[in-house]
Amino acid sequence: MTETSHGSIHVIRCGFMALVQDQGRLGFQELGVSVSGAADKEALDVGNLLVGNPHDSAALEVMLGDFEIEFSESMMFALTGAETDASLDNVPVGRYLSYKAHAGSRLSLSNVRQGLRAYISVQGGVDTPIILGSRSTHMASGIGGLEGKGLKPGDVLMVGKSVPGDVYASRCWNGEESPTDELIVRVVLGPQDDEFSESGIETFLSSTYVVSDQSDRQGLRLEGSTIETRNGRYDIVSDAVVNGSIQVPGDGKPIILLADRQTTGGYLKIATVASVDIPRLGQAPPGTRINFSAVSVEESQQLLIERQHKLSAPIKELIGDQFSLRVGDTDISVGVALSGSARILVLDGIAYPIFVDEFTSDG
Amino acid sequence: MSRNGTNKLDGQRFPRVVPAGDSAILIELGSEVDPEISSRVFALTDLMRDAGLNSGLEILPTYRSVLVYYDPLVSSYAEMLDAVNGVIERLAEPANVKSSLKIVEIPVVYGGEDGPDLPFVAEHAGMTEDSVIQLHSETDYRVYMLGFSPGFPYLGGLDERIAAPRLKTPRVSVPAGSVGIAELQTGVYPNAGPGGWRIIGRTSLTLFDVNSSTPSLITPATEVRFIPVDHHD
Repeated sequence: MTETSHGSIHVIRCGFMALVQDQGRLGFQELGVSVSGAADKEALDVGNLLVGNPHDSAALEVMLGDFEIEFSESMMFALTGAETDASLDNVPVGRYLSYKAHAGSRLSLSNVRQGLRAYISVQGGVDTPIILGSRSTHMASGIGGLEGKGLKPGDVLMVGKSVPGDVYASRCWNGEESPTDELIVRVVLGPQDDEFSESGIETFLSSTYVVSDQSDRQGLRLEGSTIETRNGRYDIVSDAVVNGSIQVPGDGKPIILLADRQTTGGYLKIATVASVDIPRLGQAPPGTRINFSAVSVEESQQLLIERQHKLSAPIKELIGDQFSLRVGDTDISVGVALSGSARILVLDGIAYPIFVDEFTSDG
Repeated sequence: MSRNGTNKLDGQRFPRVVPAGDSAILIELGSEVDPEISSRVFALTDLMRDAGLNSGLEILPTYRSVLVYYDPLVSSYAEMLDAVNGVIERLAEPANVKSSLKIVEIPVVYGGEDGPDLPFVAEHAGMTEDSVIQLHSETDYRVYMLGFSPGFPYLGGLDERIAAPRLKTPRVSVPAGSVGIAELQTGVYPNAGPGGWRIIGRTSLTLFDVNSSTPSLITPATEVRFIPVDHHD
């Protein structure tokens, strides 16, 4: 095995699909190269923040749980995105908190409770080759990640060097909005909303649509009321599409384009999802109910600015109600992480998962 | 296609500047596949790049529109709209719209194993295979845009006498470099993959190289010329 100073991750089990993803492959769309990138960028961004990585670091995007990795070296990691039953060496771990794993530790994900895609971020980032400026895997064109493919048991992923001089402490984030199976998705109408009839726009904004099982990283197909155009035509001479473009093909049912979309499309686009709401679409399983709500471009941009503030806000202390003890010169705190229900032990500012059967105060 | 030139560039309706969400602005210059609209698209793309008004983010030319990405944390929609409208005004200067495009030559071995559907296309057109090759290779094809897959060019200008229907059942895999015809379109597959076009030849040139910083041999605003050759180099 190759000797590395900064470790690697070994894939032990992969039940459904796991992909290396980062912010996406920007700069080559005019050559027909799909952007791809994490389906839930907010989860990716927070994961990178929690382990002290730069914004453009890559993480593992794990769909529907059933995934296990082994850490070759001791390193910080964090779980964000979908809620799964996760454990480190059989001890439950929570989300939105960075933990330290020891060399040889195994992180296992199973049983998705909420959402679709969990993200595993590691200190230093997943270091697969950079192809056209990104590590993101785009399976349809076989680019990025490990040879353009999904991960499989036996794969070894290198981990990059962490930021020099970063004194490592665990961090936690409690800004997550709990996912629901009914979404209100804010949209900016256009660019071709004027090609739809008034009743078509009314249908689009007042109906409930349901995510079909024919959905993937390329887009969400929706079932529901048929949207009418002004002159009965849906096909146009192709032009560019963006993340969150809502196109309406001839059957009148909207399709929301997501990370793995092609760069151009030949259907009318009624609206575009507000950037802040796109991450939630990356977590919407088939059956999710969606209602669209129109906002102005200015409102949509304001929402994005607010989200950016939230993401750059300082990470709070790790635990609220805690129980502290001093062993020799070392302070140890035990409690429930602020980011959720996980019980943790904090030693020298670093969180470790623990089992707590019962707290008793009469000890 | 348009009935006449005035209608085609419809000064009433185009240019049409609209938001494509909160991070991109779309400038539609027409609604059809048309060389004149395309030339304006490429001219506007160049003017936008030169103006550098979107922090170096992507600008995408397509058949009939230009999409300009911007960072809403840097510029508001109103600011971008002003800047974009200022650049559009410069399209009125004829010198900014070029009529000639750079030509990319693609050597092609037509027929045989490289072009298994050449006999069908010839029969469908009611002419010899050599005539199909001649008609296919004597046109310079405008690259209107790239899309569908990395490096895949949408070419315009196929002689309608050699148009041919798609395969009823697409092939599971078409070799990289295959040159095909589908209805009034012709194109070349940069990467191996499934495909339903009638394959009449193949080039051995690497059209798309992911390890290069200029990955695609064919780019927007060029013309493709297919050169018949007897064998691959």
